[in-house]
Amino acid sequence: MKEKISKIKQNALEEISNIQENLKGAELENALKTLNEIKVKYLGKKGELTSVLRGMGALAPEERPVIGSLVNEVREEIENSLKEKEEKLKEAELQEKLEKETIDITLPGTKIKRGSKHPVNRVIEEIEDLFVSMGYDVIPGPELETDEFCFERLNLPKGHPARDMQDSFYITNEYLLRTQTSAVQARAMLANKEKTPIRMICAGKTYRREDDATHSHQFGQVEGLVIDKKERNVSLADLKGTLEVFVKKLIGKNCELRFRPSYFPFTEPSYEVDVSCFKCGGKGCNLCKHTGWIEVLGSGIVHPNVLKMNGYDPNEYGGFAFGTGLERLAMFKYGIPDMRYLYANDVRFLNQFDRKDEE
Amino acid sequence: MKLSTNFVKDYVDIDVDVHQLAEDMTRIGNEYDSAGKLINATKLVIGKIIECKDHPDSDHLHLCKVDIGTEILDIVCGAPNARKGIKVIVALDGAELPEKTIKRGMIRGQESNGMMCSIAELGMENKFLKPEDKEGIAELGEDAVIGGDPIQYLGLDDGVIDFDLTANRGDLLSILGMAYEIGAIYDKPVKEVDLKHKEQGEDLNKSFKTEVKTENCKLLLVKKVENVEIKESPTFIKNRLIASGIRPINNVVDISNYVMLELGQPLHFYDADRLGNTLIVRMAEEGEKLTTLDNIERTLSDTDIVIADSTHGVGLAGVMGGLETEVEPDTKNVIIESAIFDSVKIRLTSNKILRSEASNRFEKGLDPARTHMAIERACALLEKYANGKVVTGTVKYDKTENKEKEIDITFQNINDVLGAKIPNEEILNVFRKLGFTYKVKGETITVKVPTRRLDISIKEDLIEEVSRIYGVDNIQGKLPTVPMKAGSYDKTQREIRNKMIALGLNETLSYILINDKEAHKFTTDDFEELHLLAPITEDRNTLRYTMIPSLYKIYEYNNAHGQKDVSIFEIGKGFYKKGEVYGEDTKLCALMTGKYFLGLNNNKNVDFYAIKGVLEEILEYLGYAGRYTLVKQEMPKEFHPGQSAYINVNGTNVGIIGKLHPNVTKDDVYVFEINLDELFKKRVGKMKYKEISKFPNIKKDVAFVVDKNIISKDIEKVIKNAGGSLLIDIEVFDVYTGSNVADDKKSIAYSLTFNDSKKTLTDEEVNNLMEKVIENVSKKFSAEIRK
Repeated sequence: MKEKISKIKQNALEEISNIQENLKGAELENALKTLNEIKVKYLGKKGELTSVLRGMGALAPEERPVIGSLVNEVREEIENSLKEKEEKLKEAELQEKLEKETIDITLPGTKIKRGSKHPVNRVIEEIEDLFVSMGYDVIPGPELETDEFCFERLNLPKGHPARDMQDSFYITNEYLLRTQTSAVQARAMLANKEKTPIRMICAGKTYRREDDATHSHQFGQVEGLVIDKKERNVSLADLKGTLEVFVKKLIGKNCELRFRPSYFPFTEPSYEVDVSCFKCGGKGCNLCKHTGWIEVLGSGIVHPNVLKMNGYDPNEYGGFAFGTGLERLAMFKYGIPDMRYLYANDVRFLNQFDRKDEE
Repeated sequence: MKLSTNFVKDYVDIDVDVHQLAEDMTRIGNEYDSAGKLINATKLVIGKIIECKDHPDSDHLHLCKVDIGTEILDIVCGAPNARKGIKVIVALDGAELPEKTIKRGMIRGQESNGMMCSIAELGMENKFLKPEDKEGIAELGEDAVIGGDPIQYLGLDDGVIDFDLTANRGDLLSILGMAYEIGAIYDKPVKEVDLKHKEQGEDLNKSFKTEVKTENCKLLLVKKVENVEIKESPTFIKNRLIASGIRPINNVVDISNYVMLELGQPLHFYDADRLGNTLIVRMAEEGEKLTTLDNIERTLSDTDIVIADSTHGVGLAGVMGGLETEVEPDTKNVIIESAIFDSVKIRLTSNKILRSEASNRFEKGLDPARTHMAIERACALLEKYANGKVVTGTVKYDKTENKEKEIDITFQNINDVLGAKIPNEEILNVFRKLGFTYKVKGETITVKVPTRRLDISIKEDLIEEVSRIYGVDNIQGKLPTVPMKAGSYDKTQREIRNKMIALGLNETLSYILINDKEAHKFTTDDFEELHLLAPITEDRNTLRYTMIPSLYKIYEYNNAHGQKDVSIFEIGKGFYKKGEVYGEDTKLCALMTGKYFLGLNNNKNVDFYAIKGVLEEILEYLGYAGRYTLVKQEMPKEFHPGQSAYINVNGTNVGIIGKLHPNVTKDDVYVFEINLDELFKKRVGKMKYKEISKFPNIKKDVAFVVDKNIISKDIEKVIKNAGGSLLIDIEVFDVYTGSNVADDKKSIAYSLTFNDSKKTLTDEEVNNLMEKVIENVSKKFSAEIRK
């Protein structure tokens, strides 16, 4: 009896180990079927090992437990072997499935096209964020302005040489497209009924009656205004310091500023601010007309007439104002050689501004 | 203003390089466009032709031997006037002329060691050249020294700075004004102007009358100079006019220009015998005719100031003289007019007729002291350079208020505004350098402003002077010491833009000006478009109302450049007049065409649903989920009638969406525009957390076969009503036409989500609701269930 059991064990284990493991496709399927057949053949209800158990009745009672436990031992051994083989075959089956599912991961992803932010608006946002961080309020203003706000309230009475009809787009005698964001200065001052201190910035579109390689009839400007009590003494030195922070943030830490006395009807004293040429660093090149400097900002101390006309007592309040063109800053920042590119809106141009700025 | 450095050196002693002077002037606020020598040529020397033979192999070249002092040069020359004995300008080997570099070489087999030059070849501007300056080599006078510098000999060794002056500094439109400015930089005194001349005969007031009939002339001075001898001006006058950009004519005309350049006061010279004995200043009559000295008949209006004799107009005051009375080569006696006319009136007239050196100065305002000085200076020069006899007396009309301005200011005022600590003596030094007189009493300085400085009238003007001359560079920058506060801004537009960018659109920056033919396209709104009074081009003569023409132009531009895939957007303004109100609205406009979806199996082109998806994303992001519908009404004819609609939020149309009509473009181009100002009138509540259901959702799908013309929105309404409050979401997941569906039908498949926030739904409850949905839809739309 023991011999018979040992023979069954030997045969079963041999049959199981005869099944190859590195199989594929139909062979793998056959092997799994064979494995099942082996299981039935030896361990099934009518299987060889089961029939041995059935023949146990013929044995002496003291032998029964011995044989019984031997059969169980062998059954376990065969089962383990079957299980081991099955796992290996299933693993091969899974491997085959994974191989079949392998794709070309170099093919493009599914998506929509990438959008982009216009470079001029990128510059506006950078300026707004900087000034908001210094406690300024961003104020919007109309592009269709009245003569009163665009000129008169900024100390440019009718007939003043600096407000030539030739240079502005008038719609009627009263309405025009604003020639400068400075118009918002007067609006901000007048809107502030309590006449409290003002710290504002306004960026937007402006329009002048000129169109050539370096001037667009439509262009962007940003305007800043600080008004505070006389005793806090907002001075030229403060204007200088503020614009130094501004220019160094926008253009670069190493650039130098030059304040050049100038003339604007709404400020007195007035200064134009030159920045050491971003292209040549001040050595002199075509961009800076070999002067080493590029004019970037207009600025000054708010003219007492402007304060007065907009409801602030010049004996009690003072402050400074500044303004700059946005296109040139964008051109410098991104190395854009021609201002007209900014308004052509070629998608090949626009698509280049589709990522975050480096800090 | 072109400054001749030789000219200004008459009045201030300086020895500064022209570039340095230009830079130093810039530092104190006087910008320049260009600075350099009048003549840019090197290695020139005076020579004498000592032998001149014909070239053996040429019919026009000469072989010359030229003595240049240190040696005799062989030079081949083609000028017809080359001949033995004349003194010439020799450009030596290596000389740089504006147009060429001179090199030693062989010309038709003969050695040539330089070039003899014409005046033209030295780079003199064409308008200043006489025929002989271009046609042959320059012939210098006998007094020219062989081996000397020809530029110096010709008096052309001048420096020129072309200043771009600010509008308030009319005083710098004169050599004398420049001298004060330069004197302030280098701390040099300014010399007196020589006005000395003799006067003779009966007082002019007895024989000549003036009459001023308008308040637009505050000062009028007239003098007479007799027996002038008209000829060429002396070299220095001619050269200084040339350096200043004015063409020399003859000594008398040149003197009037010379004095204008020198003192900033434009003068007018009349031929006294053609003018008669009266000069009237009056406003022109509307439609009055006058022939100006450029021989053009002008029609005047009542804003033009006219100079007239007893019968008719003889000149346009401040702008241009008349042809009839101008100084001619045969003129013997000259009437000089020196006057101040109203700057605004002159500007109006000159804008209409001509901007001249004279009108430019009148427009900026004039110093009455100079008006007096200029007429005396002109007499002195006419006596000296035209042998004129100045008649005794001046005919004067003077309504100027000759008050010198005095301004009180404290040292503290100045340092407060500048944020500096400039020592008192430094401040006083600035006023002294500028030639301002002052008195100090305690802390107060009383500054007497010279009449030439029309730009200075208040304290702040003086503070600017201090900062100019003391130097802004010497003031240390700092940040304002003001109370801290939070900065603020409305981020809505930025968020919309960021969202649109995330949705794959490129932000553009377009022009708001369009052609008036475009103004009412893409809209049926009722408004009056706004025209520019003076457009630059007709292409851009009107303000846009909708932004669609602007974005369409960008699409066209890209299309023309081979870019077929364009998905762009912009936030901008649209302008209008409605009733009597002029206004502008902020609009969001998007245009999409071509590829938008990218990658494998995803590369279909933009269609209506793609742009509608973008619109929905934006509206829902802004909080309008469930509050908008697309409404079909009479659409603008530029839209595809079957693929366009108005965007309606809570009963108001706030925008438009759709495909452009094939009559507009053959391409599939889709646009939408929202009036953000209108949209934001529909208030949105705060974003707030809502409790999520603890019980599971149950999803059921159903597909209806309905007539093709039935719209999904209507079916959804019926489903919603039938489903009641437990139906929390309806999603269309398939629309099908084709086999198994009749030709005039379509199948729409919906996925319905049910949930009860209070308990778990049972199958029975959901099935009952589904039965109701199916029954209602079937009844209402004669729908069949697609199995």
